[in-house]
Amino acid sequence: MGHLSPEVLADARRLVDLYPEPRSALIPICHLAQGQDGWLRPEAIAEIAEIVGVSPAEVLGTASFYDMLRTEETGRYLVSVCTNVACMLQGAYELLDHAEQRLGVKAGGTTEDGMFTLEDAECLAGCDDAPCVQVNHRYVGHLDADGFDALVDDLRLGRRDDEIPRHGVLVRVRRETGLTVSADEVSAERARQREADEAVARQAETGAAGAAKGAGA
Amino acid sequence: MITDAPRIVTRHLGTPDSHTMGSYLAAGGYTALRKALAMPPAQVAAEVDKASLLGRGGAGFPAGRKWSMLARDPVRYLVINGDESEPATFKDHLLVYGDPHQVIEGTVIAAYAIQATQAFIFLRGEFALGLERLQQALNDAYRHGAVGRDIFGSGFSIDVVVHPGAGAYICGEETALLESLEGKRGFPRIKPPYFPAAIGLYGKPTIVNNVETVSNLPWIVENGGDAFSALGEGSSTGTRLFALSGHVRRPGNYELEMAKTTFRDLIYAPVLGGGIRAGHTIKAFIPGGVSAPWFGPDQLDMPLSQDEVGKAGSMLGSGSVVVFDDGDCVVRAAWRITRFFARESCGQCTPCREGSGWLEKIMRRIEEGAGREEDLDLLMDVCDNIAPGVSWPPQQTTICVLGPSIPSSIAAAIRMFRDEMLLHIKEGACPYD
Ligand SMILES: Cc1cc2nc3c(=O)[nH]c(=O)nc-3n(C[C@H](O)[C@H](O)[C@H](O)COP(=O)(O)O)c2cc1C
Ligand code: SF4
Ligand code: FES
Repeated sequence: MGHLSPEVLADARRLVDLYPEPRSALIPICHLAQGQDGWLRPEAIAEIAEIVGVSPAEVLGTASFYDMLRTEETGRYLVSVCTNVACMLQGAYELLDHAEQRLGVKAGGTTEDGMFTLEDAECLAGCDDAPCVQVNHRYVGHLDADGFDALVDDLRLGRRDDEIPRHGVLVRVRRETGLTVSADEVSAERARQREADEAVARQAETGAAGAAKGAGA
Repeated sequence: MITDAPRIVTRHLGTPDSHTMGSYLAAGGYTALRKALAMPPAQVAAEVDKASLLGRGGAGFPAGRKWSMLARDPVRYLVINGDESEPATFKDHLLVYGDPHQVIEGTVIAAYAIQATQAFIFLRGEFALGLERLQQALNDAYRHGAVGRDIFGSGFSIDVVVHPGAGAYICGEETALLESLEGKRGFPRIKPPYFPAAIGLYGKPTIVNNVETVSNLPWIVENGGDAFSALGEGSSTGTRLFALSGHVRRPGNYELEMAKTTFRDLIYAPVLGGGIRAGHTIKAFIPGGVSAPWFGPDQLDMPLSQDEVGKAGSMLGSGSVVVFDDGDCVVRAAWRITRFFARESCGQCTPCREGSGWLEKIMRRIEEGAGREEDLDLLMDVCDNIAPGVSWPPQQTTICVLGPSIPSSIAAAIRMFRDEMLLHIKEGACPYD
């Protein structure tokens, strides 16, 4: 305990309160933990388990299913080069080769200084800007080899810190309030609406029956 | 033909701050929601039914009909599917980054129509900036009184939660999405009995609708279902986003009236795809996402209609069109698509898990020039084991349709480009390298 900072812990508890069941907050809280550490440290996993009320093995078992949840140490910048079909047609594999050479690691690897992890990614839904690259899941636009080198230099010098914050996709904007209506309130409201709907339906039915009778007479 | 149909889901796009509340309100945002809340919920649903709005997530099931199948239960959920991971599909991306308020307004309208008790917008985790914009928009919408308690004084209350995904294509499949939303691995559920409208999130009746589907709702409420169904033809009503990529001059998202425009228009019209590389010809194109069987140049004049494309043996699916020209190696393309499925299979079903891996290996060795002539039969045999008969729509032996979608590109490559496959084998190398 005590691995997650008080702020992250407070955010995590707020996330739990958004869902009918605490376990639903598991993945969002993993994103928060990655925002703090860059990857899911065992200490963080243990704490997340406690927050959502499952075992650490269940958190790890769930997290390991998802590409974005990193269970191994990851570079400060995760560089994802999409090589799926639309990007492949526009030279994605050539760009990936270049990136491997420039960073000195194979796809999947992390540079020795811990700055970059390079990834051969599936479609990032930016196919109109192919070949598509993301850094910490921020689009950096269509890149050629020179553009890639410039990007790496910028990142090393911290020139793009505003645009590309650390890992974790919930680091910059948070929900301002919790839920504003309790489940009981909502059910009571829905029950009232249902009664109103049924009353209208009954009226329509008796009205129609009345009209039919009228026509028969 | 490009018609003068109104732009519906993209009508607010184009300004740099289209994602902000100020811009949305200036364009008349949230007035449709006010109008909807003044109508009985059943009447809102009736308008959507009249619109014959087909789901835009891939399966193309009419939204109004889906809503009417929702089981009666005091607790029912609405889940918006923004997982968008089908390769070459990037239209929900546009809507979430460019107009998150429209997504929220559509969500609340849907929630009201089906009388949901809580709504979730499941957004692909890789959309980091999209998550920020959507959450910011939601914060602003709460403050504006458009979400939360007693919305615009109507007596209707609903909470909406933005939920980030974490990178798994299979979570776009609606039951896998619900598992993921429950904090578990994204394993699709067995249907029956787990049809979401009967047994969905936490076992409660749930409607799952795509981001583009609900983005149409504000316009439908403002203009009426009949105005929407007057656009398009047959069951393909309204307009739809087509995401065009591959070897075209102007890749991008284009909102077009359904069934009126052809693939040729989409690819060649100067204001749309703008044609292909000079000196090249089209070899093939994918009409609706990589799960769909491919079409050849002889099908370019087919209209962008769900029925027509279905009758011709493929699908409009997620509305993404990928163009290959004669400089592109289709063997490599089919291999890359197969590799995607092999990576993304969730592993629950043997035909999908094992078959995708084998197909990827065989395709790779053909592409690299190490294939054998018997490999073509072997490929078809493995495909037949995944989806018996390798027909379209495919026979399903698996829990979800990811598995049966795997053969689409391989079967197309063999059917349409057998010579090219054999050339790789005979030359012992890729002729395009
Ligand atoms: C493997 C697979 C992936 C899918 N991916 C998505 C997706 O990314 N987004 C989406 O809206 N629907 C996706 N679907 C379709 C959903 O299961 C579901 O039909 C859809 O979200 C319903 O919304 P609609 O009726 O508005 O189209 C996928 C289906 C399968 C089988
Ligand atoms: S068909 Fe494939 S992806 Fe779908 S449930 Fe089976 S193994 Fe998983
Ligand atoms: S194929 Fe690369 S972003 Fe879609």
